[in-house]
Amino acid sequence: MDWQPILLSLELAGITTVILLFAGIPLAYLLANHRSRWKPFLETLISMPLVLPPTVLGFYILVAFSPSYLFGAWLEKWLAIRLVFSFGGLVVASMIYSLPFMVQPIQAALQSLPHSLTEAGLTLGKSRWVILRRILIPNIRPAILTGTVLSFAHTIGEFGVILMIGGNIPGRTRVASVAIFEAVETLNYRAANAYALILLVITFLIVWLVSWINGRSFNTWNR
Amino acid sequence: MDQWQELQYLEPMIRWHFKKRLHSAQGIMELDVKSLALPGTITGLFGPSGSGKTSILRMMAGLMTPDEGHLQVDDTVWYDSNSQKNTSPQHRSVGFVFQDYALFPHLKVQENLLFGLPKEDSPKIIDELMQMMDLHSLADRYPRQLSGGQQQRVALARAIVRKPRILLLDEPLAALDASMRQTLQDYLIRLKDTYNLTIFLVSHDLPELFKLAQQVCVIEQGQLIRQGSPAELFSSETVSGRYRAQGTIVQIRPTGVLFLVDVLVGSEVVNVLATSEDLLGLQVGSPVLIISKAFNPFIVGMNV
Repeated sequence: MDWQPILLSLELAGITTVILLFAGIPLAYLLANHRSRWKPFLETLISMPLVLPPTVLGFYILVAFSPSYLFGAWLEKWLAIRLVFSFGGLVVASMIYSLPFMVQPIQAALQSLPHSLTEAGLTLGKSRWVILRRILIPNIRPAILTGTVLSFAHTIGEFGVILMIGGNIPGRTRVASVAIFEAVETLNYRAANAYALILLVITFLIVWLVSWINGRSFNTWNR
Repeated sequence: MDQWQELQYLEPMIRWHFKKRLHSAQGIMELDVKSLALPGTITGLFGPSGSGKTSILRMMAGLMTPDEGHLQVDDTVWYDSNSQKNTSPQHRSVGFVFQDYALFPHLKVQENLLFGLPKEDSPKIIDELMQMMDLHSLADRYPRQLSGGQQQRVALARAIVRKPRILLLDEPLAALDASMRQTLQDYLIRLKDTYNLTIFLVSHDLPELFKLAQQVCVIEQGQLIRQGSPAELFSSETVSGRYRAQGTIVQIRPTGVLFLVDVLVGSEVVNVLATSEDLLGLQVGSPVLIISKAFNPFIVGMNV
């Protein structure tokens, strides 16, 4: 059996999740503390991947990344990056696709923390950065874990967007979900079953691990 | 020149004047209050809820920005709308005790205190405060493992770790029972004397203000209604009685020339005789003060 699609899926999900973690926390913090006219617009934009068919999202990302159009041409000319049919393109697309899964739990958790925690930090002379790092983040650890796991699992299960912008290049863009599709198309049900079962077991284990960790971390403070 | 301007040059003190349009559940309220406080004293902010007391504390701490005004602590200006000066909360020397205590749930008691310690300060003060507030036995507990009164003590101690010039307390004792309050009031006085704190305290509790405050500002609908010592404000100066009790009129019955008035004091009903003049402006439900002079109690309307 060819393990490459599985490893590629894990690599894609891992890289996407780590970058999203660093981008998602500041973004969620801004959204949780911001009160401007643009906030609903921004929130809607971030949430679009939740409701949009992946093919629609994939189509627009494909158009955006394509060197035939403005943004793609600019990327290629100035940064010498081509995002269509490449692993890098998959990472960027997955970040857009999984962004709400990271941002929403963290934003909700930040908003549910009493505002007085931040204010207490301010009157104790601490900067907003120190307050975020040492007060807010430690108190929303379950939400951060949830966001991380959802993003990871969601990226592993991604199919439509990847097919649109990545195609099916072995070792570069053929992730497990695409490999399953291909195996079924060629009536190779054994291979399809193997990939599918591995994905099932991996995702089950991850989610189970999270609920176990969350159960423990709640206990230490609530005792 | 009014008293506020006259006194400002006399000695170090806290001068404050805040104007702010507040949006509350009852609609828009214009807050406009100014006053003075002497260093090392306790000023009580008293008034119905929604009158703007907490907003005043928040503006002192810099957590809320006034529309206009001035705040000067000794010789340092923290806020001045004319010169566009607005010191951030981090750089004001304030301690704030929040109504919900705002203890950091993931830190133990000692860590909560340590969080407030500036890097260059000696941790000796933590030990000192833990000693003074009897917190040593609780040092390794998380806030959730503490009673209300214990959390309160931690919040108080944490607010003082930076040795602030002013300490702001937002109705911190409201949720505690009477004996717990008593103890905490004693702690508060001890802290004030040790660290020479100037304290502003929001309170609904008259006995508390009598015990703690040198000065009380009565605030209603965003305005300073009266100001003075608790004794001046809450006892009628025209009568000197031996016994006073607050109550509410529950019934007024005419008996010939006089009226028999039933007043609910605590859980007991007290009967008082009153003339029609005494009862001018009073009706069932009016708050009154019962004063006993020698043998005959009589009643006086309370304008609190």
